[in-house]
Amino acid sequence: MKTLLTGNEAIARGAYEYGVSVAAAYPGTPSTEILENIAKYPEIYCQWSPNEKVAMEVGIGAAIAGARTIVTMKHVGVNVAADPLFTAAYTGVRGGLVLVSADDPGMHSSQNEQDNRNYAPFAKIPMLEPSDSQEAKDMVKLALDMSERFDTPVLLRITTRIAHSQSLVELGEPMERAVEPYKKDAKKYVMIPAYARTRRLFIEERDKQLADFSETVEVNRVEMRDPSFGIVTSGVSYQYVREAFPDASVLRLGMTHPLPKEKIADFAEAVDVLFVVEELDPYLEDRIRAMGIEVIGKSILPAYGELSVNLVKKQILAVLGVIGEPGEDASGEAAAASDSDSAEDSGACGCDCACDEAAACATQPGESSRAAEPFDAPIRPPVMCPGCPHRGVFYILRELRLVVSGDIGCYTLGTMAPLEAMDTCICMGASISGALGMEKANPDLARRLVSVIGDSTFLHSGVTGLMDIVYNGGTSTVLILDNSITAMTGHQHNPSTGQTLMGKEAPVVDFVALAKALGVKRVVEVDPLDLDRVKAVLKEEVAAPEPSVIITRRPCALIVKNTEKALECVGCKGCKACLRIGCPALSFDKATRKVVVNSALCTGCGLCAQLCMFDALRKAGE
Amino acid sequence: MKTGMNILLVGVGGQGTILASKILSHVALAQGWDVKMSEIHGMAQRGGSVVTQVRLGEKVYSPIIEPGEADIIVGFEKLEAYRWTHMLRPGGTMIVNDQKIEPLPVLIGAAAYPEGIIEAIGERVNSLTVVPALDLAAKLGNPKAANVVLMGVLASVMDIARETWDAALAARVPARFLELNQRAFAAGFDYRDGKEA
Ligand code: SF4
Ligand code: SF4
Repeated sequence: MKTLLTGNEAIARGAYEYGVSVAAAYPGTPSTEILENIAKYPEIYCQWSPNEKVAMEVGIGAAIAGARTIVTMKHVGVNVAADPLFTAAYTGVRGGLVLVSADDPGMHSSQNEQDNRNYAPFAKIPMLEPSDSQEAKDMVKLALDMSERFDTPVLLRITTRIAHSQSLVELGEPMERAVEPYKKDAKKYVMIPAYARTRRLFIEERDKQLADFSETVEVNRVEMRDPSFGIVTSGVSYQYVREAFPDASVLRLGMTHPLPKEKIADFAEAVDVLFVVEELDPYLEDRIRAMGIEVIGKSILPAYGELSVNLVKKQILAVLGVIGEPGEDASGEAAAASDSDSAEDSGACGCDCACDEAAACATQPGESSRAAEPFDAPIRPPVMCPGCPHRGVFYILRELRLVVSGDIGCYTLGTMAPLEAMDTCICMGASISGALGMEKANPDLARRLVSVIGDSTFLHSGVTGLMDIVYNGGTSTVLILDNSITAMTGHQHNPSTGQTLMGKEAPVVDFVALAKALGVKRVVEVDPLDLDRVKAVLKEEVAAPEPSVIITRRPCALIVKNTEKALECVGCKGCKACLRIGCPALSFDKATRKVVVNSALCTGCGLCAQLCMFDALRKAGE
Repeated sequence: MKTGMNILLVGVGGQGTILASKILSHVALAQGWDVKMSEIHGMAQRGGSVVTQVRLGEKVYSPIIEPGEADIIVGFEKLEAYRWTHMLRPGGTMIVNDQKIEPLPVLIGAAAYPEGIIEAIGERVNSLTVVPALDLAAKLGNPKAANVVLMGVLASVMDIARETWDAALAARVPARFLELNQRAFAAGFDYRDGKEA
């Protein structure tokens, strides 16, 4: 039976069909739905881990214990997990171990667009890249088989367009889920230098065998047609190439580390001109050139953002002399487009949100000549939800003119107008440790410095930063906005929510006790809907010359059933003070010069009412 | 369907474009076509611009529709329809829900919601159907069914048997909402006829 699946659903299905027993991850767009879908198969033990390093380590442990295992994360998560990964490359596995890295060219929902293909040669592990959902599923099997056969973790690298595009997949029956019997093997799994040196040599041997394997593995496929030019490609770029040039000769690489060098050389030999079409880094191109083969790639295609059929077509045809000169400005086009569109709306929100769909699509470089100019439409950035209980905190931070060291998640949206309450946002957990660095560099900042972090991000990697503040004599204030869920990625559980991915009840982390245990003496809880109190507490804690933690606790508006009545605006004087809260349920009617509440959106949280000096915003009927 | 077909569904997070695209891809599958569908999710509930791309045909490679190559655009909101009009191919069909949802920059007065959107689109697009989908759905008892009304209109411009759509609806909509959605679909399906009559 064929059914439409996203790449993420297909990978989950592959885990189910091909005997995976353990799956671990930290949610991150565009990888999140893999584990969410694995959770639908009760045969597989699956869990959200507090961060990607922990997930990787759970996976490594499971594989050493003999289970087929899958670990998934977004590209930046692999940076967090890199430490255990690089050594797992030495120990190898017993049960197959697959690491899925979901990269995000174009930064639909990420703070950078690093090309994680580079991790494969760096960590010395083999890599597979599917071009559609069917292959995503098939490659789970191939990866597991390779992992066990060559005794190595395998990187399965996808991108947003694979993860979130649906295409047809043939479903199969699940195989038996067997766990290898455990056997102690310290020389293999205890990486003290003496043992590690032996394993280091093993890797060299393994690499050779994998290189041979790469020459014959089916997923590295020559599609020989017109020999006047040939294209080497992988991943979703293959689809763009095939659509642009149905009759071209193509070497589609499904295994992109180690590369099948002979196959590439033969292919290069068989065509007159060789192109490489790949998104992001010149990963294939550099390696092919290093083989002494002439190849055209990034000189005509941008090394950032996403490719498209039209761009690939236009640039290659130009080189072939079919249509004028290659557009030297191919990269310029992409740059210009993204400057004008995304920088403002979503670029500003450099977080784990799919916020710039509009901008991303508008930035497709190399637009068809058939396309008309887009109309000039005001942007529609994602915003904190109407009724988000933590919105008011940003209003107060701005009002107090504090320096805000921000973090990843919904609260990155506090950057956007009218809240505009963030100074920095780097990566998961960096708010707290970054604030310590700011304070050490410029002690004058200390008395107006606050780091802002959500509950899930704090557990991911904020805890260690807070520990560092205490240990190294920092004095700034940490605000934990506890919405009791990992909201930005679509509401996943974490150790503070009381539930696991498999739906079991779980103990709840006590943030107050945790902060105290780390050595923080000043720990205050405050209701984020009480703005006066938030303001008073913030003033007091920021002024205190010692570390302090403020926990604002209210569940995400999207996970609670709301029973409050919407507000209505009666007797508005048109001062617009309430609009500075940035709630999408409020708008200003130019004709009447009054604020209007959209009762379909308003949750009745009452934050805006606290900004109104004329008491014009009230619960309907009161 | 020798040549294939590109359909773009555009709207605002929370408008139900996802259900609509599921119904559409179900129909396509039932026709025995190759289908690719692409969307970026995660932010659906936070009110951002949402785009779903559906490509159908004998063999579909790229999951992405190129600018100027959409055969049909269904705009679930006026400004979003306007934003994506350039994606339509010359001679393509556009269906626009006559609903206005102001983005935050407009709500706070930092930007203006463009005037005369429908007229502007109409100047570029010959085949434009403007649908009061929200009103139609509200009349049937639930404004949330506006997305299915729009699917009905889409069905009326596509060359696919009505029964196929009905089957897709039955397969994709939870049973307790089915009756309402069937009526919403029918209202959309008959909408253009009614206007011409
Ligand atoms: S998802 Fe929840 S936490 Fe995030 S902005 Fe919306 S209400 Fe706030
Ligand atoms: S009470 Fe005010 S701030 Fe809260 S949801 Fe309603 S309009 Fe928005």
